[in-house]
Amino acid sequence: MDSKVISLVVNGQHFEKEVETRHSLGDFLRNDLGLTGTHYGCEHGVCGACTVLVDGCSVRSCLMLAVQSDKTAVTTIEGLANEDGSLGELQLAFRECHSLQCGFCTPGMLTTLTELLRENMNPTEAEVRERINGNLCRCTGYQPIIDAALLAASRLLDKHRAAVTAPRS
Amino acid sequence: MKPAPFKYHLPSTLEEALELLGTLENAKILAGGQSLLPMMNFRFVMPDHLIDLNKVSELQDIEVNPGSIRIGAMTRQHAIHVSPIVRQFTPLVVEAYDNVSHRQIRNRGTYGGSLCHLDPSSEQPCFTAALDGVIVVASRRGNREIRISEWAAMYMTPSIETDELMTGVRLAIWPPGHGWCFEEYARRHGDYAIVGVAVLVLLDEARHIKRLSVAICGIDAAPVRLTRAEEELVGQEADDETINRICEITKTIENVMEDAHHSADYRRHLMQVLTGRAMRKAFDRATPGGSS
Repeated sequence: MDSKVISLVVNGQHFEKEVETRHSLGDFLRNDLGLTGTHYGCEHGVCGACTVLVDGCSVRSCLMLAVQSDKTAVTTIEGLANEDGSLGELQLAFRECHSLQCGFCTPGMLTTLTELLRENMNPTEAEVRERINGNLCRCTGYQPIIDAALLAASRLLDKHRAAVTAPRS
Repeated sequence: MKPAPFKYHLPSTLEEALELLGTLENAKILAGGQSLLPMMNFRFVMPDHLIDLNKVSELQDIEVNPGSIRIGAMTRQHAIHVSPIVRQFTPLVVEAYDNVSHRQIRNRGTYGGSLCHLDPSSEQPCFTAALDGVIVVASRRGNREIRISEWAAMYMTPSIETDELMTGVRLAIWPPGHGWCFEEYARRHGDYAIVGVAVLVLLDEARHIKRLSVAICGIDAAPVRLTRAEEELVGQEADDETINRICEITKTIENVMEDAHHSADYRRHLMQVLTGRAMRKAFDRATPGGSS
């Protein structure tokens, strides 16, 4: 068995673990770290459910080996809430807009849209649609997910504007 | 679904990678892994050694030279897609990448990986063909260059030896003012094209074609260049008649592939429609006489 010790940060916490080199990042997160919020649907890069952020970039965790995450910072759905444990803006919007039913695709949707909102605080509906075109959802018909992304974006933009225009004390 | 066991290697220089590739038996190169890892998960591919190129930084650059742009084999698809240099000199490439897969895949996937995987429906060999790409491969024996027209040995197989790896591609830069277009049809945006068409055109001041390049993917193992049309249509006016003429010429292509979902006739139909659309857009975008 070929294995290697990797050192990485997952959701702000540092880990040093020995992994079998043939194991994917998703398997490592789920089986070795117990972070089962990352879902495995197809395991060949089609469904998007296993999407996580590696150094801020969305990747399919089924198509990246765990050894390749050495010296990176990984964010999974477990790391998207605020530090006090309350839901983040995108998660709140998902709840309000009924953007999930079975919840299987949700981890991939949230991580993918987190990257979008970080890059573009004012996306158009078309841009949101384009961004989640690699994530399959069989419950919602996508529209509530798009609504939530746009709602979260408008709130983040409002907050940003308020912060920029706030008088300095 | 797990890959069969393999020994993992992580070279940090090209020299080291070539040494490993030249000495190990049944070794496979891991680029972005967006096609290889699914194939390994399904156990279609079971290498004994996996040589990961992700730490070989010398293969990840984009560089402009007189007349051509050089893209390193390990350059991420997303990096190419958003590169201002690529947008300025080869806008066709950016438009093609609008259609390549999804953001999560483009964040990992590489241009070189895609060319070596050589899926017949992939946009990347197609725009490479339209831009007369020259592929550079290296081994311990030295470097050699392979023109894109000679790149495919057969279905999903580049003409490259087991000890060779691709280091980069040179794409021709067309003069300022050229028209370009990439059009494709896929069932879901981001999926592989059923048929895709890349067009480059240069018009003179009277709106006559000075130079034309048309490449089509999804109809054969490798992208097909419409060389007959490219020669025949030089001097013709950039109008509907010329577009109709080229659509007629696409009908003469024999041996269009088919599968359980898309018949050869359907692909022929798509090829005509998409070629027409791409030609029209490329004409509209071209500046007659070029621009400074």
